[in-house]
Amino acid sequence: MKTKDLAYIALFAAITAVLGLVPAIQVGPVPITAQTLGVMLAGAVLGARRGFLSQLLFLVLVAIGLPLLASGTGGLAVFAGPTAGYLISWPIAAFVVGWLTERFWARYNLAWGVLANVVGGILVIYAIGVPVLAAMANLSPRAAIVSGALPFLIGDGIKAVLAAVIAVQVRRSYPVIERPQRAVALK
Amino acid sequence: MTLALYVPRGTVVHRTPAGWKLLALAGLSVLVFAVPTLPVVCGALGAVVVVGLVVARLPAAVLLRQTRAVRWMLVAIFILHAVLTDVLTGTLTVLRLLALVLAAAVVTATTRVTAMVAVVERICRPLEWVGVRPARIGLVIAMALRFIPLIAERADRIRDAQAARGGSVRGLRGLRTTVVPLLVQVLQLAHTVSEALDARGADDVPLRRRDPRAT
Repeated sequence: MKTKDLAYIALFAAITAVLGLVPAIQVGPVPITAQTLGVMLAGAVLGARRGFLSQLLFLVLVAIGLPLLASGTGGLAVFAGPTAGYLISWPIAAFVVGWLTERFWARYNLAWGVLANVVGGILVIYAIGVPVLAAMANLSPRAAIVSGALPFLIGDGIKAVLAAVIAVQVRRSYPVIERPQRAVALK
Repeated sequence: MTLALYVPRGTVVHRTPAGWKLLALAGLSVLVFAVPTLPVVCGALGAVVVVGLVVARLPAAVLLRQTRAVRWMLVAIFILHAVLTDVLTGTLTVLRLLALVLAAAVVTATTRVTAMVAVVERICRPLEWVGVRPARIGLVIAMALRFIPLIAERADRIRDAQAARGGSVRGLRGLRTTVVPLLVQVLQLAHTVSEALDARGADDVPLRRRDPRAT
């Protein structure tokens, strides 16, 4: 891993932190925040490996006691709370978005971008966040889905499209994900 | 921008090594989930409050702030339980979460960020075997902390520049005129920073740290 990769990782951890300045909207036990946009962007711009590490770094920053989450909270407390699963899912979500983006890279456009963001940035986050919410808050699976997934679908859908629009433009003007290995070997 | 939740005091809790405090926190969470009865959970909550306010002499506002941040979550969970299961389970669940959140807040408020970074580096030491250099984790944390105010500042500057040209800074067009340029700018910036670091020998950090006292 080069210093350049470290700088990109630090940058996208910082971007997710800056998106935390957008106030969160509390709906039931889980808030709606702009920060998952940062998660999707990290995967869509940096790719799987660096996207994963950037969001992991963000969680480390939160865990060591910086109030970087949208609700102005931070510290280890948030990993003990009912929404811990959503947070922990972010690096994995960024990885999946990045992995899919890398697969689609040669023909990446809005549609492929939205697909990658929806699978990684919505499905993966719900798949980890909802069961943890159910366990921490002692809820039935049904109640967990109703309170922990359904209210966010529209907002998350909008974020997935926004992230794809941005990623398409960034790919055109400043692509960070490298071409597949074979193309490099031919050069 | 106040960028830390640490509250300086000279108490025993503050002096306890960060690693021990983290272990105690983990132990507490195992306890309240393994033995979810009202006496145990109330006892844990009481002990946490005593340690936080009396032993560590933290201002009540520090603990209240963390409680305020999760209050709607706790209210929502309690209501869901009162409706779907019963009030006792709801009380137990809410008290248990409160105990954990407050315990974690006490650890955070009594431990310096630098001490936490040191713990992170120590935890990551086994990763040396797969080629991760723990010393670079400190570097990447420092970079991220510097980038946060920088991004906010660049965002303001681009917004001003677009507004001065009469461009739209809102809506989908705003996305193209502000967010994309911002991202490209900060990506270039990150690249420049990495080149500057390399020029100063950031790439030469030895894989195995020679002197354990040096960071």
